[in-house]
Amino acid sequence: MTLQIGNTVLRNRLIIGSGKYKSLDDASKCIEESQAEMITVAIRRTPQSKAGEKTLWDIIPQDMHILPNTAGCYTVDDCIRTAMLARELLGDQRGRFIKVEVIGDEKTLYPDVQGTIDATAALVKEGFICMPYISNDPIACMRLIDVGAHAVMPLASPIGSGLGIANPYQMQTVIEVIREHCIKQSRELPIIIDAGVGVASDASIAMEMGVDGVLVNTAIACAHDAPRMARAIRLATEGGREAYLAGRIDKKLYASASSPVQGRFTSSPTQ
Amino acid sequence: MQIFINGEKLGLENSISVEKLLLSREHDIAQVAVELNGKIIRRASLSETLLNDGDVLEVVTLVGGG
Repeated sequence: MTLQIGNTVLRNRLIIGSGKYKSLDDASKCIEESQAEMITVAIRRTPQSKAGEKTLWDIIPQDMHILPNTAGCYTVDDCIRTAMLARELLGDQRGRFIKVEVIGDEKTLYPDVQGTIDATAALVKEGFICMPYISNDPIACMRLIDVGAHAVMPLASPIGSGLGIANPYQMQTVIEVIREHCIKQSRELPIIIDAGVGVASDASIAMEMGVDGVLVNTAIACAHDAPRMARAIRLATEGGREAYLAGRIDKKLYASASSPVQGRFTSSPTQ
Repeated sequence: MQIFINGEKLGLENSISVEKLLLSREHDIAQVAVELNGKIIRRASLSETLLNDGDVLEVVTLVGGG
């Protein structure tokens, strides 16, 4: 039941975001309830600090992996610049991961696909463990794999939308094409759904489809009871994975009785 | 002399090190990364890097994000 990214093994397939919480205390409780071992963060100008004030640094457990994003970057250069600053901030070891985001448009926050591929190629060469956020497009995902991405993170629906898996057939295609592409290259590479999860069932459905993990921020942070939603999504992620491994039954249009017809002592339905 | 720190003008009486400036602003050195005129200054070099008139500093840290 582990998720491997580069050489790092996570026991939990839920990656949690750190944005939009009502309070740091809420965020801290969500980290705990999610049991996530990796958390995303953003890199921004340091606010003028007030002595003794708690910050995000105080609530991220020491043994938790930090996945800095390059959110808000619209160019390859800005993405690389942000990644390099993140690594300087966290050090070579803890700062080895980067969630590559090159955004193409403010309204949709859809990725600039070519920019994301170019930035990933450059950051892989710089030695980063690259986890790019990308459209649910199988070709874009293949190109990312070709340039050395360590995971691909297709969106389920727009960031923060809570729409769930907007196009499950497309997602199924993405999963199958990536798997086949990886087999050809004798590689194993995790597919992590990034963006769009709105509620626990979305995470479960994604996992049932065969993705390796889910990254969730808004659905947890903005829920009425955020820690409880963190727990719900953790359980759903785990449940979905178990269901995927168990193998679902085929869908049928008509009923198939669960109780035997043989031995029935009551009359058949009247025609 | 005048420098820019995170987009804001700041007047300095004389040239001081980046580290000294950050400490005077109560920044925890272990929790920031610094770019001077577009180039990253490694944490170990902050104490020996002196500021000059017109320098542009970016001081960044972790914040919540998805």
